[in-house]
Amino acid sequence: MKVIFEKSVAGRGMQYLPLCDVEEVALPTHLIRSEAPKLPEISETDLSRHYTELNKRVHGVNSGFYPLGSCTMKYNPRIDEEMAALSGFTGIHPLAPEHTTAGCREVLDTTGTLLCEITGMDDMTFQPAAGAHGEFTGVLLIKQYHDARGDSKRTKIIVPDSAHGTNPATATMCGYTVVNIPSAPNGCVDLEALKQALGDDTAGLMLTNPNTVGIFDENILEITRLVHEAGGLCYYDGANLNAVMGVVRPGDMGFDCIHLNLHKTFATPHGGGGPGSGAVGCKAHLAQYLPQSAMMDGAGHIQVKAFAGNFLVVVKAMTYILTLGKYGIPEAAKNAVLNANYLQTKIKGTFEPAFDRICMHEFVLDLSKFKKETGVSALDVAKSLIDNGMHPPTMYFPLIVHEALMLEPTETESRDTLDWAAQVFRNLYELGYKDPERMHSAPHNAQIARPDEVKAAREPILRYQG
Amino acid sequence: MNNPTNLKYAKSHEWVKHEDGIAVIGISDFAQSALGDVVYVGLPTVGTQVTAGESFGDVESVKAVSDLICPVSGVICAVNDELDNAPELLNEDPYSAWIIKVENVTAEEELLDAAAYEAFCAEEE
Repeated sequence: MKVIFEKSVAGRGMQYLPLCDVEEVALPTHLIRSEAPKLPEISETDLSRHYTELNKRVHGVNSGFYPLGSCTMKYNPRIDEEMAALSGFTGIHPLAPEHTTAGCREVLDTTGTLLCEITGMDDMTFQPAAGAHGEFTGVLLIKQYHDARGDSKRTKIIVPDSAHGTNPATATMCGYTVVNIPSAPNGCVDLEALKQALGDDTAGLMLTNPNTVGIFDENILEITRLVHEAGGLCYYDGANLNAVMGVVRPGDMGFDCIHLNLHKTFATPHGGGGPGSGAVGCKAHLAQYLPQSAMMDGAGHIQVKAFAGNFLVVVKAMTYILTLGKYGIPEAAKNAVLNANYLQTKIKGTFEPAFDRICMHEFVLDLSKFKKETGVSALDVAKSLIDNGMHPPTMYFPLIVHEALMLEPTETESRDTLDWAAQVFRNLYELGYKDPERMHSAPHNAQIARPDEVKAAREPILRYQG
Repeated sequence: MNNPTNLKYAKSHEWVKHEDGIAVIGISDFAQSALGDVVYVGLPTVGTQVTAGESFGDVESVKAVSDLICPVSGVICAVNDELDNAPELLNEDPYSAWIIKVENVTAEEELLDAAAYEAFCAEEE
């Protein structure tokens, strides 16, 4: 398929911009381009066909099962999009007079109140643009807290070895040294390792619960108590909130601050590069450190993004929460857990779970025995799933499981889909013993065959070369 | 597995060779095989103080980025810059492709000999 630049024909195009009805202002010459940008010139018909053609070549939640672990690829109701498209929300400007944007303010306040209720926090900001940005903001709250007390010896953030890679990256970006602690054999925090790591240099702990292997850490109250006793604060990574929303609250587990991926847990299509919303909530003792808009709220606080962040994602989150309601939110979480356990049980007997117990919203398969016996790797299985019309699960993560495949079916999949998916996995397990070559060379029916990932990583080409 | 008997091995899968008071450090055959094709090595700079049990750099494979854990404490006196342009050397010949050399060695992790390390790897698998 041709890229859009190759479809460009000089002089062809569309004129949709209205005539300028305000006085023209000349830019300073140093800001003016010396030549026109090379934008594709294409008719609306061809443009529409181009994107429809691209759409046919990708796999999204709207086209099929997408059990990408730790990513919560659930279906997002259309009503959320409809609300976010209302002109009262799309036609505003953040600097418009306050009395004209009262409705938007109300959306932010209402959503903040609802999410504080769900998470057990006291205050919230919607400035961060997405998850990692939310983490960064959350850890900056911890840093400001210690700095304000003149407690400068706290230089370390503790992160379990099963954490998402963004956790240590966040701590480092905030100027902290990362202390990795190993997991206990059951995949949870090793209390002894935690006690050893804690001290008067501990700034805080970053944790997700349920954790990355889909297990709820039953020692959570003891964990947060130990961190507080050492003078540190506890940060909750909201990556896995879908498993517990409306059922148990991070605030009640003892966490001081959290980030939420609104685009993930509260219904905005994600995975395509945004926009997202990494809302950050905190207990009252951190509220004064939350970011504000310097333009609208005065100076003296941090600001991590312009104004109120990606506002329309907040509109979708509010719609989602109000549509599901007090009983629907926990029901969604419970169905996510039920679906994961159902799928795990249906696959058992072939690919085995890394931790053989009731899981939360996701589970990890350990294919190391399968690989040893057949030579077929987790990557080969993932590629073969593409041939079966399924998006592969998360591969080789978490690192504490070798040959890992991590599945998160979410609450929006039917029993029929889960039965079908389990059968696909069982079939591939058998195929591995019968015809491993077929799996080494998969995918056979996809838009592209197996790309050379090593060459792509060593010699990346990051822009159109034409 | 073919682990040279003149080397010592850390449980975090780095090897150490003592050469005239200098510790030469790389990653084991088991490590490179578990990582898969290495595409980038994050190297430290000469003169950096390293601590036994702590990270001194990282290796990125198509699967993941993993920390390199230093088996000894001391000061880095040489870095294998060749790995910048040829990270695949770690896959091709892990026992020739050293990563750093450390001098003024003051402490050392618990290290295994080749036989004990092979037994440890067998358990890991």
